[in-house]
Amino acid sequence: MPRTALYLLLASLLLMTGCSTAQKQQGDTIEDAFFTPEHILAGDVTEYQDQEVYDPWQGFNRTMYRFNYHFDKYVFLPAVIAYFKITPDPVERGIHNFFRNIQDLTTLYNSILQLSFEKTMNTTTRLLVNSTIGLLGFLDIASDVPRSDEDFGQTLGHWGVAPGPYLVLPVLGPSSVRDGIGQGVDWLYYNEVRRRTTNMEAWQETGMDLLKAIDLRAHVKFLYYETNSPFEYELVRMLYSTKRELDVER
Amino acid sequence: MIRSLGLLLTASLWGITGWAATEPYAYPFDDTFVATVVGTPEEDRATFDIHVPTKRDSLTVFKDREVPDFLFYDAKLRYSYALQKKSAPLVFLIAGTGGAYNGGHISAQAKAFYHAGFHVVSLSSPTVPNFIVAASKTSVTGHAVHDAEDLYRVMELIQAKLLKKTKITDYFLTGYSLGGFNAAFVAWLDEQRRVFNFRRVLLINPPVRLYSSISLLDRMLENIPGGVDNFPAYYNNIVTAFGKLYVRAERLDFSEDFLYQVYEALQPKDEELASLIGLSFRFSSAHLAFASDVMTNYGYVKPKNVRFSRGTDPGNYRRVVFRLGFTDYFHDYFYPYYKSIDPSLDRHQMVEEMSLTHIEDFLRNADNIYVMHNHNDLILETGEIDFFPRVFGERAKIYPTGGHLGNMEYRDNVEHMVNVFKSAVSGQAL
Repeated sequence: MPRTALYLLLASLLLMTGCSTAQKQQGDTIEDAFFTPEHILAGDVTEYQDQEVYDPWQGFNRTMYRFNYHFDKYVFLPAVIAYFKITPDPVERGIHNFFRNIQDLTTLYNSILQLSFEKTMNTTTRLLVNSTIGLLGFLDIASDVPRSDEDFGQTLGHWGVAPGPYLVLPVLGPSSVRDGIGQGVDWLYYNEVRRRTTNMEAWQETGMDLLKAIDLRAHVKFLYYETNSPFEYELVRMLYSTKRELDVER
Repeated sequence: MIRSLGLLLTASLWGITGWAATEPYAYPFDDTFVATVVGTPEEDRATFDIHVPTKRDSLTVFKDREVPDFLFYDAKLRYSYALQKKSAPLVFLIAGTGGAYNGGHISAQAKAFYHAGFHVVSLSSPTVPNFIVAASKTSVTGHAVHDAEDLYRVMELIQAKLLKKTKITDYFLTGYSLGGFNAAFVAWLDEQRRVFNFRRVLLINPPVRLYSSISLLDRMLENIPGGVDNFPAYYNNIVTAFGKLYVRAERLDFSEDFLYQVYEALQPKDEELASLIGLSFRFSSAHLAFASDVMTNYGYVKPKNVRFSRGTDPGNYRRVVFRLGFTDYFHDYFYPYYKSIDPSLDRHQMVEEMSLTHIEDFLRNADNIYVMHNHNDLILETGEIDFFPRVFGERAKIYPTGGHLGNMEYRDNVEHMVNVFKSAVSGQAL
């Protein structure tokens, strides 16, 4: 059942990507506005463009951005609100800690791959303490130990792989080719670990994945089209790319 | 020392004995730029240990409005409200330039008034794209009277919705910065229409003459190293710096409070602070002008025969609009637009009409309208601050420091703000 839904989702996404990003023009030539780019930006235009994030698949990305807005509004946020309503605060915190503890597993293998001794030690400590005394991670006993978030996209970046074209993924949001691949690898790793360490039925795994997604969304303080900017797509693209560069450096 | 003596003297000349007679005013930053950017440090803020049951809602203001595809998400006006469990007086809050109903300052105000027992309704500034698209009749905002009429219409619609849910005993109105200016004109309008009969109205750090303030704010960007021509590189530096903060940021919006985080991380000099203030307002003016241009198809930066669909890349038009300030908007869009509707308009006359001085007599005689302002507010020309004690007399409270809105969340200020309305309800002296 979830698989069918996934195919339906992908099919509808593919149908939507035909949309064009080009402006529609009436007549043969574009009239001049009061302020034209030539008038204002003479000489600077190329410099400006050089600093933009590389985004050759803008048509797909912009469509996906809007899809995510609708998905967020009609599916994700109602689910998050319902989740907040039915779960008591301490339970929410516990579940959040539990998934953060699992996320630490991803950070661990990536810290090792980045040959970062400090991050590896910190993450190992956190995992050992929280998984035992912290009751499978429901309590963040080791909150004094610095926590970092390392993923495979950052590991690739650490070893010099460039982000490549900007990419807006369905549901997951802003990414890049490098980070998208990273997310895929992390996901495979997570599934493999889960398969080897637990004995979950398929429906249990799906339930856990849904809960994980809701918990993740609940902790991202961003609402689509609430930045008060008609240039939100560009703004988010710039901020995401800058943030990832910094995450790689960190 | 000499400075504070001077302030003391000025204050007593104005007949404001409030702060001079009691404890000295201890807001931490004397510098107007630092105050404006940094605001009030956490430990000096008023705090209220309550949960405000804020509800987000939206409404269709004009049923027959056609919203361009590009701005589809702004078709309905978004706002928020929080209601007391029983009948209570209601406060309408209006945000400042570029500020939305859910920004930092307005949320802090909502919390303070809710804590004091008021219902609260938070409204975006008419300069925010959502308002321009959904609630401005002309979609060319910044006009003292038209903006007031638009706000009034919205307030009536929200009033009708809320009266189905609760009882409202009285109406109050406040706004900060441009929202304070808006509030003055809304109060002036209410004098004629009498729908709300506001018990009290409070203007917080309003401009006097709008054109003076927008000129001052546009000029702030001249502090950019290398001048405005270096804007692309500078902008990029700022965005990169902001990106660094974004890593830790809890949320993302372009109102006054995004500057606070920038300051803490970078510890900039006064000129840099001025350029940051200029940049923050440049975001507002660019967003305002572009949303308006797309709505009216006026041809300000987007050619008239070019249409944007939902996914159109605004490309170079975006770059152009970030090069233009409020004064460009005024002279090359706002004024010509209204002139085309009313050919008798005169540019100079229009500048003077977009001013509190235009309704000076009304403000002088309206004993329910109060003001809070700062002596060193940087959106006022030299001497403009004198307008308030002169016109409002005892109803004006002028603080010696605070810059533009810097002290708005400072505990003394919040206490005074709440008391202006509470004293009207309880009948006690202010």
